[in-house]
Amino acid sequence: MRKPPEPVQVIKQRRDEALIKLVGRVPYIQYLGVSFDRRGDELTAILPYADKLIGNPMLPAIHGGVTSAFLEITSVISLSWATLWDDLESGELESDSTAFRMPKTIDFTVDYLRSGLPRDAYARARITRSGRRYASVHVEGWQDNRDKLFAQAMGHFLMPQPRFDKP
Amino acid sequence: MLDKVNIARQFMEAIPHSRDLGMVLTEIENGVATITMPYNERLIGDPETGVVHGGAVSALMDSCCGAAVMSHPSNPGATATIDLRIDYMRSATPGQALSTTATCYHITRNVAFVRATAVDEDAGNPVAMATGTFTIEGQRT
Repeated sequence: MRKPPEPVQVIKQRRDEALIKLVGRVPYIQYLGVSFDRRGDELTAILPYADKLIGNPMLPAIHGGVTSAFLEITSVISLSWATLWDDLESGELESDSTAFRMPKTIDFTVDYLRSGLPRDAYARARITRSGRRYASVHVEGWQDNRDKLFAQAMGHFLMPQPRFDKP
Repeated sequence: MLDKVNIARQFMEAIPHSRDLGMVLTEIENGVATITMPYNERLIGDPETGVVHGGAVSALMDSCCGAAVMSHPSNPGATATIDLRIDYMRSATPGQALSTTATCYHITRNVAFVRATAVDEDAGNPVAMATGTFTIEGQRT
């Protein structure tokens, strides 16, 4: 007989714990207040509005650096998440896994399409190429309307390499 | 010129995010601006090494490029980032302040072109370089 499927709560808890572990370790993500919403393996990053994020008090508008940081965080976490997903699902994810180490940004290019309004922002990344050493990511950010992006970005990343010093 | 620096400092302090990150504008003249940002544990992007997150470097680069545009002799009224590309050449050394110098090297009626370099204490070995384009929102007279 086939093994019965795992109860859904067990699966959800395992996935959510891994995500919290991945995101919770990074002080800068906590500083900006970015969190991640998960649907299956799809992540949506959320940047809750805060006054300290303002770059132009006259408009007012979110700081361009905040927008860039938000999109970069979304890219890096989405990359790590995609890397650890298979091990997570097969139950082989170790707590000191290479996948918990952050990819390094090689370059990051942001298009500022509209000014960032003083309200929550959302972002989703698409990994366009994922290799052993390098990865390319495209990421979109929006606020009220999913079709009206306020920024998009494209970046290249150096993936963490496994440590060979372990037995 | 001292007046211009003071105005620029006040301008920087009026930007909530730049103030929150402790950015200080140290030079601004003729399309060239320098801003420093102290090391802070809140800005760590890699908990294993304590290296500052690239996002914090972008915030510094973006502010500095904007300031360089504003200080151009053609006196643009305001500016906004169109695009900004950052190349991360090496990790910033944990514990050290970052300093960015941006140059607005060309300006038209509508667009400003800017380059910037970020360094830590090892100033001969840049941490990151940026190139960007910025809008020109009307001339001051």
